[in-house]
Amino acid sequence: MTSEQTMTAITAEAVEEALLSFLAERVKTAVEPDQDLFKSGLVSSMFAMQLVVHLEEQYDIAVIGPDLTLNNFRTVHAMTSLVLRLRNASDTAGNV
Amino acid sequence: MRTDQPDHRLAIVGGGVMGTNIATLATGYGIPVTLVDISETALAKARTTIAQKSRHAQLMGTLPPDVPRGELMTSTSMRDVADATTVIEAVTELPETKAQVLAEASAVVRPGTTLISNTSCIPIDEMAASVSRADELVGVHFMNPSYLIKMVEVIQGPRTSEATMSSVTGLLTAMGRQALIVRDSPGFVINRLLHPLINSAAMLVEEGVASVEVVDGMLEGCLGHSTGPLRTADLIGLDNLVDSLNVLYERRRDESCRPCELLLAKVRDGDLGRKTGRGFYDYGKVAS
Repeated sequence: MTSEQTMTAITAEAVEEALLSFLAERVKTAVEPDQDLFKSGLVSSMFAMQLVVHLEEQYDIAVIGPDLTLNNFRTVHAMTSLVLRLRNASDTAGNV
Repeated sequence: MRTDQPDHRLAIVGGGVMGTNIATLATGYGIPVTLVDISETALAKARTTIAQKSRHAQLMGTLPPDVPRGELMTSTSMRDVADATTVIEAVTELPETKAQVLAEASAVVRPGTTLISNTSCIPIDEMAASVSRADELVGVHFMNPSYLIKMVEVIQGPRTSEATMSSVTGLLTAMGRQALIVRDSPGFVINRLLHPLINSAAMLVEEGVASVEVVDGMLEGCLGHSTGPLRTADLIGLDNLVDSLNVLYERRRDESCRPCELLLAKVRDGDLGRKTGRGFYDYGKVAS
């Protein structure tokens, strides 16, 4: 699945759908794309780091520097935006 | 004099869960750390873990953003703790192992060096018998993860001096921690309360009274605990928990501290909690 995703264009819809599915499986509750995962108590601080590693591995990105902040992982929307931004940045760098 | 000493140089013996936690915390506050363990393999693993935990701390915003990280040095030789201002032992929760490590450390450091045991249950005065200067030994029970939880339990043994208490308070302040000080006793305060609770929670699962999720759900939902006892057990490490329960049981003969069969079986199967990817819960993969 990882290799297929990294080889094809990644859309916001696909990332969001995959994340919602991943979260539903791991926290055993359906979540909304704009739901604050931490405020709602669904996600612990330990699971937050697993989310970071999950996104890095699934989408071949590196979340570093100022991007490594909880605000980028609060909602599925925020995580989707981060993935697309970092993917675009690496695509641009790769095309130079 | 030592409380005003800004140049903390920390040595940590043991690069497991707690050793890497404390190293992450200290280096995050700009304090240089020498980490000692028994093999280069263990040290390489510890370095990787500390890097992962430093990322976790950054994610959670719990380390000062404008402080340059303290240097991390690693060594397999106890001689390399000689120059430290404080030595913290964070080895396995077995009295003889801790006593041996503290004896070796105390033999190489200068008088006036604070010795900290990160024991979770063993009375400080028992270990004081093994060190060269009993007044320099103090207990500090860091929480897990140490870089996320500000409060620590500090144990003043009957022979711990006031100078040592001042020194340890200075170090903890430099690492942004807050100390609650207690007297010496098996399990101190936190684990005398917490460990029998976890053991009883595991017994309820073993007896089929309730599932893991229901037991934790009760404590979280009904009593307002932020993390249920069995998820907490996974975080502590079930092998460490069994060792600590044994320490408590041997000293207090409290039946609620005799490790239950379910706990023992999980340890036998290598399901030690988060650090192995599975304990009472399945974490999918080894959690950082």
